[in-house]
Amino acid sequence: MVTIEVLGHGCANCQKLEANAREAVAMAGIEADVVKVTDDAAIAARGVLTTPGLVIDGEVKSSGRIPAAGDIAEWLSAG
Amino acid sequence: MRTLAFPRSQLPFWPTVALGVVAWSIAWFAAWPFSQWLAFDLLGLAPGSSTGEAVAFFAYDVPKVLLLLLGIVTLVSFLRSYVPPTRVRAALAGRGVVPGTVAAASFGIVTPFCSCSAVPLFIGFLQAGIPLGVTLAFLISSPLVNEVALVLLWGLFGPQVALLYMAAGLSVAILGGLILGRLPLERFLEPWVLEVRAAGGGTDVAGVVPSTEERLREAWASTRDLVRKVWPWVVLGIAVGAFIHGFAPTDLIVSIGGASNPLAVPLVTILAVPLYAGAAGVLPIVEALLDKGLPLGTVLAFMMATVAISLPEFLILRRVARLPLLAIFLAVVVSGILTVGYLFNALGL
Repeated sequence: MVTIEVLGHGCANCQKLEANAREAVAMAGIEADVVKVTDDAAIAARGVLTTPGLVIDGEVKSSGRIPAAGDIAEWLSAG
Repeated sequence: MRTLAFPRSQLPFWPTVALGVVAWSIAWFAAWPFSQWLAFDLLGLAPGSSTGEAVAFFAYDVPKVLLLLLGIVTLVSFLRSYVPPTRVRAALAGRGVVPGTVAAASFGIVTPFCSCSAVPLFIGFLQAGIPLGVTLAFLISSPLVNEVALVLLWGLFGPQVALLYMAAGLSVAILGGLILGRLPLERFLEPWVLEVRAAGGGTDVAGVVPSTEERLREAWASTRDLVRKVWPWVVLGIAVGAFIHGFAPTDLIVSIGGASNPLAVPLVTILAVPLYAGAAGVLPIVEALLDKGLPLGTVLAFMMATVAISLPEFLILRRVARLPLLAIFLAVVVSGILTVGYLFNALGL
């Protein structure tokens, strides 16, 4: 099962990213866990400096921007 | 050609971009004639009359400011995607304090800043061994010298004012960073921050590198979001500016805000703090005030205060630092702004 982490504090951008991530999971038709990470130390520990950040199975896919659901779905199917 | 598995917009990309640029240019050059026509032909107002001038100002400034925002924020966001904070951090780590502070302040200009990013950024920098003063210089300049403000200043007042604002903002950030770096502020950091810093790490993480087309799409998307959030304030600000332009008596403005009133600079700085509606909304007001004789130093102080002293950002930074550090930080930034305001007025700029 794929783990998708959405890094951020819950501002509008992070919520949008989470929504896009969930939509992408539906688009890609795979099983995935979407987890919100709001702890600052944890966010920095993953090497993300600008929230919102997206991590798929431990790999940072984007930070500081909100990739479209289509883009996230591509990453999910490729990985 | 990469085949995309998932749907994207069907429009061909680069032709759409070209078309957009053409449409923008047409709108840009049509704005002035349009405003004159609207106020004096269509509505039949008299040129030089209060109402006529106010309406013309409004009809000209609304398209002008919105076009500026759309066009140049997109361009700047696109260019900025090449300087992500992870790269900035790598460049700053291991530098001496003074060059580091100058570099940090300069990088702050080209780096985007969302207040929700303040904490990860702060910790990430400290983790990489970047000194506190240098980190703070970055935190001061990043929201202070932001491209929205620079773009609007350039468009409304010309390049000299925009460059002066940038120079002023840099000075506040560099001097602030140097002073703060000298003070024993580490003991006001939250203990968990010190632990994270001691643990080190802070390795560069590249993530997925976007293509040119993706960068441009992102830049346009974030510009659209920004303009969508900001345009009511812009229109409101322009309406107030138009009113001042047409109706407010010059003497009144100058007597309150003019160079002869020593309290003008602190007054506008205090007024600016709750006005965190962003540079876009405030600038049209500023334009009208400058027109009426408000001195540049006072205006710059007002502008910097609206963007630099953000209550949301301070609340967020509360997570990493205790109140004394935040208070000292605020005091240094405010002093810097006041100094710049007085200095510019004194120099008669």
